[in-house]
Amino acid sequence: MVGWRTRLGDGLLRTWAGLVLLYLFLPIFVVVAFSFNDPEGKFNFVWKGFSFEAWTDPFKYPALVDAFEVSLRVALISTAIAVVLGSAIAIALVRYRWRTSKLVDLLLVLPLTTPEVVLGSSLLTLFLNLDQPLGFATIVIAHVAFQVSFVTLTVKARLRGFDWTLEDAAMDLGANPRRTFLRVTLPLMLPGIVAAAMLSFALSMDDFIITYFVSGSEVTYPIFVYGAQRTELPPQINVLATVILLVSLLGIGASYLLQRLRTRQAAV
Amino acid sequence: MTGPTSSETVAEVMEPKRPAALHAPEVGRRGGVVPYLLSLPGMVWLGVFFFVPLVTLAITSLSVNTGSVYVPSLQMRWEWSNFTDAFDAYGTEFLRSFWYAAVATVAALVLGYPLAYFIAFRAGRLKHLLLGLVILPFFVTFLLRTLAWKTIVADDGTIVGMLETLGALPSEDRLLSTSWAVIGGLTYNFLPFMVLPIYVSLEKIDARLLDAARDLYADGLHTLRRVVLPLSLPGVFAGSLLTFIPAAGDFINAQYLGGPNQQMVGNVIQTEFITIKDYPLAAALSFVLMALILLGVLAYAKVLGTEDLT
Repeated sequence: MVGWRTRLGDGLLRTWAGLVLLYLFLPIFVVVAFSFNDPEGKFNFVWKGFSFEAWTDPFKYPALVDAFEVSLRVALISTAIAVVLGSAIAIALVRYRWRTSKLVDLLLVLPLTTPEVVLGSSLLTLFLNLDQPLGFATIVIAHVAFQVSFVTLTVKARLRGFDWTLEDAAMDLGANPRRTFLRVTLPLMLPGIVAAAMLSFALSMDDFIITYFVSGSEVTYPIFVYGAQRTELPPQINVLATVILLVSLLGIGASYLLQRLRTRQAAV
Repeated sequence: MTGPTSSETVAEVMEPKRPAALHAPEVGRRGGVVPYLLSLPGMVWLGVFFFVPLVTLAITSLSVNTGSVYVPSLQMRWEWSNFTDAFDAYGTEFLRSFWYAAVATVAALVLGYPLAYFIAFRAGRLKHLLLGLVILPFFVTFLLRTLAWKTIVADDGTIVGMLETLGALPSEDRLLSTSWAVIGGLTYNFLPFMVLPIYVSLEKIDARLLDAARDLYADGLHTLRRVVLPLSLPGVFAGSLLTFIPAAGDFINAQYLGGPNQQMVGNVIQTEFITIKDYPLAAALSFVLMALILLGVLAYAKVLGTEDLT
């Protein structure tokens, strides 16, 4: 029997959850909507009129395109490095019992709990003291530094339920350690590594604060938006953001469907 | 102690669920030097590009710039005055940052806990969809999201108009360039960081405990207060840290949504480093911010154990 108080409570909960979700999406709607705006003057803050103009001419601002390219390159390189470094640590932490593992655990958490201004500014002081010029390389270095912790955490979480005796089984059947790793361990770890890679990539693409401190004259996509906010904020930025959003949605949708397909196949 | 059954079952139920590996050796291979080799590259990178910078930050904060702004020459001279100067000049900003971050964290908790609860217990098949929705806003760069808030709470916008008729506007008859706008922005940007950890710890609660509570005549509210809330505390702590820490150091929200009276420590550090280029002072500010937060985090790690953090 469900009393009226429980039903009221449920109703309130449902409404609250709905409102919070709406709150989360309100700015997203605004960003997407304003890609269809015909802006008044240089800044895209006030709605003037509906227009497809930005969508028909999305590459109008070469600086924006260049900045996006830089962000992509940084993200690809840093993700590649971070995934290798982080996965290795994750394997070490989960598969083995070793004395300094607790310390490593703690050390890995520290970058995650440091504010970005501190991460960025401390790296800046390092580069200043070493007379290292700021640019693409320093951005990649900075990104890898904060990505490693995320990768390790993600892969570790996925490795938790891993049945390591499968490796023993493979070796009992004659596979040497290298073959076991390539044919048994790695494929089973792959979903976790892919998830970590996607997370790292997204973090790198969106990073502003740390990048801002160490980028020198190099301009990434978020830095472009930051600078553009003062000079000219064309709707093309919104167009790009909407496209990224859609691509990410498709990506997530695709991986979700793939997962369901795989489990269905496995059940058969 | 009579038979092992009763106390064991209780212990089993009270323990957080763990996926059972087929043959359960709790993965404790000795491995010798292998784990050290595996973790070496990553830890070296972290060592050089995370820990060493903290050292250079400390060194810079105790230095003096004997060169010019454009050709800096930093000499380490145990210049403690950098720290006192920092507090004299920017003490207000420090306090303000921690205050804003605290309010935003509480707001995120109030907004986010019911959402996490709903997704964990009431969403059924929609669970993954809703989680995806919570994460989705992250795919629009947070600069744009914060700029969108600037449009939403613009002086001549609908929201401000509505609040005006309700008489609910704070003193200056506007929302932009007030503390509320900045706090609102901070709450918004870090809300998912609060929702997700709480969801994770709610998920782990064994459903049998809730059944047991119901069998013992507890109604919804009672169960919430005595069973769910205490068991979700690790998630609440994690979410609070993940919200408070970045919020305290943020400068974008203050820059876009606030005015000169809403400057936070992050803005100050950014200006000192990038514009004014007073590296020693800036480093001192940054170092103090980090030290304060680090102390809090280490205290938390001691209390809860790092196992629960990851």
